[in-house]
Amino acid sequence: MKIATSIRSFLSETGSVARFVYRYLQELLSPRYEVRQFIRQCFIIGYNSLPLIGVTGFIMGLVLTMQLRPTLLTYGVVSKLPVMVSLAIVREIGPVISALIFAGKISSSMGAELGSMKVTEQIDAMEVSGTNPFKYLIVTRVLAATLMLPVLTIMSDAIGLYGSYLGVNIRDHTSLNLYFFEVFNTLHFGDVLPAIIKTFFFGFAIGIIGCYKGYNSSKGTEGVGRAANSAVVISSVAVFIIDLLAVQITDVLGLN
Amino acid sequence: MMTTTENIKQEAVANNNAPVIVIKDLKKGFGNRIVLNGFSIELKRGESLVILGKSGSGKSVLIKCIIGLLQADSGTIEVLGKNIDRLDHKHMDELRSHIGFLFQSNALYDSMTIRQNLQFPMRRHLGDLSREEVNRRVIETLTNVGLAQTVDMMPSELSGGMQKRVALARALILNPEIILYDEPTTGLDPITGREISKLMTDIQHKYRTSSIIISHDMNCVKRTADRIALLVNGVCYALGTYDELSTSDDENIKQFFE
Repeated sequence: MKIATSIRSFLSETGSVARFVYRYLQELLSPRYEVRQFIRQCFIIGYNSLPLIGVTGFIMGLVLTMQLRPTLLTYGVVSKLPVMVSLAIVREIGPVISALIFAGKISSSMGAELGSMKVTEQIDAMEVSGTNPFKYLIVTRVLAATLMLPVLTIMSDAIGLYGSYLGVNIRDHTSLNLYFFEVFNTLHFGDVLPAIIKTFFFGFAIGIIGCYKGYNSSKGTEGVGRAANSAVVISSVAVFIIDLLAVQITDVLGLN
Repeated sequence: MMTTTENIKQEAVANNNAPVIVIKDLKKGFGNRIVLNGFSIELKRGESLVILGKSGSGKSVLIKCIIGLLQADSGTIEVLGKNIDRLDHKHMDELRSHIGFLFQSNALYDSMTIRQNLQFPMRRHLGDLSREEVNRRVIETLTNVGLAQTVDMMPSELSGGMQKRVALARALILNPEIILYDEPTTGLDPITGREISKLMTDIQHKYRTSSIIISHDMNCVKRTADRIALLVNGVCYALGTYDELSTSDDENIKQFFE
């Protein structure tokens, strides 16, 4: 009985999310376009997330290099450190770690902000003021998240590779030119493009889940808290599921 | 070709004595719970009508149906001669520019300054106004509610009573013909509640608005009501002036005035 209820509630929620996505696509294409609000959201979502994602990327690059070095040393291929680290960062670690940090920062704030706006009737006030709140609040946020995460990922990759360069120089000595020559010699468009393309989907999933949870939060402070919490949890899981699908697709296309 | 705004204004002038809101046999339920069960009423031009009822009796649902935030299950609502069921999004927004709405929780945008809060409906409905004109109207409206000095403050920096005044200023910024008040004095101390009630009557005279006031604060009701409608079991149970209803022998009516 309990399982049947859970399945029913899961399917009902999935249907509700699908309708939300459909409405998003409808509203995205129809005027009026909230350009000013979209640019504001790009600043809040993109620019304000850069320090956090940059620091994380730097630490990941540095730590990965220091962790890999002893193993490569054992096999006498320590010179392949830039090759391994760059492939790991660009293909997998950069996009996924950036997306998870992004989910933690953005999805929760979207859930909490929209949830409290709903509780305090601000969304109703917007509608009364002749504004389509879905377009003004949801479309701008989801679009900004979709477009900003790839940019942040590229920056995080670059900062991570620089961290890796510093990691190499802790024990050995190599020039920045030589390090990045090795990196660019290794990477192909087949490594970079699928990794960047999947970040658009990560960003979209994070934005839509955060907004869905906030926009549909129940009344009261508890509802707002639950919206913020479940937005982070579900969007983090969604990142891994999309990553899994992306790997399967790139494998079928022969890009792995 | 005449715009909808001109249309509404001309019709309003032509029908100066016609009621501004006509509600007929309005029904609204949520799941199995019926909230409004055939509610009918008219709001006359320039009148201040209080809807009185117990908590959860459907008062807020009623005014949210009038402004189009909730869709009625059946019945008709005519606002300024327009049946709101037949209006598309664009024309509904147009009609909303003639209605001010004061939310129970004030609903001030907490990420915006007071100036931006007041500018928001103006930019949406009157996009062609110059920056100077927008600012002039913001200051003028804030002055009318006695809070011109707060223009660049954030809503969180204001007290509950001040927030209510700013919310009232936002409802007034488009010079609406109708104002809907959702429990305007709830959560305020008696003195501030009295000040808000006085402000509402002052505004009524100054802006010549017609208003529907949802309240169960009897001080506010006594001060502001031209007529009172009692909402009981989803219908308009009684309608009359404060004096008429307060002297009634009906138990259902008496309990509100004791």
